[in-house]
Amino acid sequence: MTALSLKHLDISYGETQITHGISLDIAEGESFALVGESGSGKSTVLKAVAGLAPQWTGSITVFGQPRSHGIDQHFARHCQMVFQDPYGSLHPRKTIDAILSEPLAIHGIGNQNSRVEDMLVAVGLDRKFRFRYPHQLSGGQRQRVAIARALMLEPKLLLLDEPTSALDVSVQAEILNLLKRLRRQQNLTFLMVTHNLPVVSFLCDRLAVMRHGRIVEIADVADLKRGALQEPYSRELMDISVAHAG
Amino acid sequence: MSAPLLEIENLRVSFPTQKGIIDVVRGVSFTLGRERLGIVGESGSGKSMTGRAILKLIRAPGTIRADTFRFDGIDLLKQTEKAMRRIRGARISMVMQDPKFSLNPVMTVGEQIAEALQTHQRLSRRETQKRVLTMLEAVRIDDPERVAGLYPHEISGGMGQRVMIAMMLIPEPDLLIADEPTSALDVSVQAQVLDIIDEQVRRKGMGLIFISHDLNLVSSYCDRILVMNTGEIVEECQAGELRNAVHPYTRGLIAAIPRLDETRDELPVLDRSAWVAK
Ligand SMILES: Nc1ncnc2c1ncn2[C@@H]1O[C@H](COP(=O)(O)OP(=O)(O)OP(=O)(O)O)[C@@H](O)[C@H]1O
Ligand SMILES: Nc1ncnc2c1ncn2[C@@H]1O[C@H](COP(=O)(O)OP(=O)(O)OP(=O)(O)O)[C@@H](O)[C@H]1O
Ligand SMILES: [Mg+2]
Ligand SMILES: [Mg+2]
Repeated sequence: MTALSLKHLDISYGETQITHGISLDIAEGESFALVGESGSGKSTVLKAVAGLAPQWTGSITVFGQPRSHGIDQHFARHCQMVFQDPYGSLHPRKTIDAILSEPLAIHGIGNQNSRVEDMLVAVGLDRKFRFRYPHQLSGGQRQRVAIARALMLEPKLLLLDEPTSALDVSVQAEILNLLKRLRRQQNLTFLMVTHNLPVVSFLCDRLAVMRHGRIVEIADVADLKRGALQEPYSRELMDISVAHAG
Repeated sequence: MSAPLLEIENLRVSFPTQKGIIDVVRGVSFTLGRERLGIVGESGSGKSMTGRAILKLIRAPGTIRADTFRFDGIDLLKQTEKAMRRIRGARISMVMQDPKFSLNPVMTVGEQIAEALQTHQRLSRRETQKRVLTMLEAVRIDDPERVAGLYPHEISGGMGQRVMIAMMLIPEPDLLIADEPTSALDVSVQAQVLDIIDEQVRRKGMGLIFISHDLNLVSSYCDRILVMNTGEIVEECQAGELRNAVHPYTRGLIAAIPRLDETRDELPVLDRSAWVAK
């Protein structure tokens, strides 16, 4: 089954058109990466799917259901997003405990206490953080809370916007292992934005490269690993990544 | 090397918690010349707190203590808040880890960069505007006129980082503390933005503290590296030597980096018992 299908998606903010004809299909259980130039519209694509960028034409289909242009409570149960900036997305005056319990309360799910506890363990956060506020955590600790919150409802499709770019490599490794395990156990589907190509190699099956609001190339991760991307811009990104790793 | 720009001995940053006072920075000492110093280490190891302490931006009830804490001969601990405000921005500036949170939400990014420039130089409106656009272009913003007129919530994550870098470089500080300044940038734009920072290091002798999770980046870009773990410096090395680091903690970090030709099904995670026992 197709988990997410985008067809000729043009997304705008006011007068400015940001994306041009984005089309892609992601199978259920697949892990798909969106990489490319800063400002090219990667977050905007995720926001449109999540209902946060309502001004678009074309089509968005999630598990066979066409998506409406706004927020959709039923949809939220199956599709969750982890935002790029971990400060902005956590309520400053709620404790971590409240932030994680809230989605359960909204959707009438019981057993809140143990679910919150288990999730903190799953994302590698010590229990001492449970009753702290976001500003009392480091950047990486906050990002783990954001990931934990998205996972609370056990969604089937997870939209991840740079989920590990605020994390050090050791926590990144823990989160990547966790995402990989969850995907295997729960047949999760990922659409993940990242600029880190090695992360794509580790976690994803396919990738799309974006520039100036368009997809310039869609490739298998095997091609990335072999250094066989085709488009000049994709090759530029790949070459710098290789040089960088020394 | 000339007299150090920054001398820090036995820096401690502490917070009261329900379980008593905890030190999140525990006796950090280093000196910095007109060079590029990288700080790496796990999440929560005290990197940002070390950076913020230098600007005395630790929020109450947090406290800062040190045996020596001097910037360009000035004893920072003795400076009043008013004196610190004159130092911040003009002489020491900091690119915060979460730029979109640190930018003023009700001012356009162009206005904010202009304001940063005005603390440094008196210029006509037209000249200011020109300098702002040039700076945005320098950090690889393709359409500076449009972007200058946007509010922080209207720009992408990587654009936010570049705006913040533009704002912090435009007053030409003596010391730049950059906390994960390029983590949201694609590698191509990242390389160009680092070149601009580098240019100020070489041309104006600016000192740089570069806090990053990206070990490869730090080892290719900086001169020297400090590795932090639970509030302490556990290893110091020349940047090019990071690969030969000996501390098990540093080695653990290096092993956790995924590779472009990755074949491992699972990444190794830190075995904290390996060095904590020491
Ligand atoms: N609310 C908004 N109003 C107007 N323009 C916006 C808004 N949000 C984003 N944009 C514009 O849309 C473009 C694409 O932004 P987007 O955040 O999707 O980029 P991105 O590919 O995620 O970049 P990055 O890698 O830097 O996060 C940018 O030019 C940005 O200025
Ligand atoms: N207000 C506070 N009260 C108590 N502890 C705090 C407070 N603010 C921060 N801390 C703790 O201080 C420690 C160091 O935080 P710091 O932000 O310096 O980490 P970091 O090394 O920058 O991590 P990251 O890479 O995740 O950004 C963390 O464990 C954090 O939880
Ligand atoms: Mg983005
Ligand atoms: Mg930090």
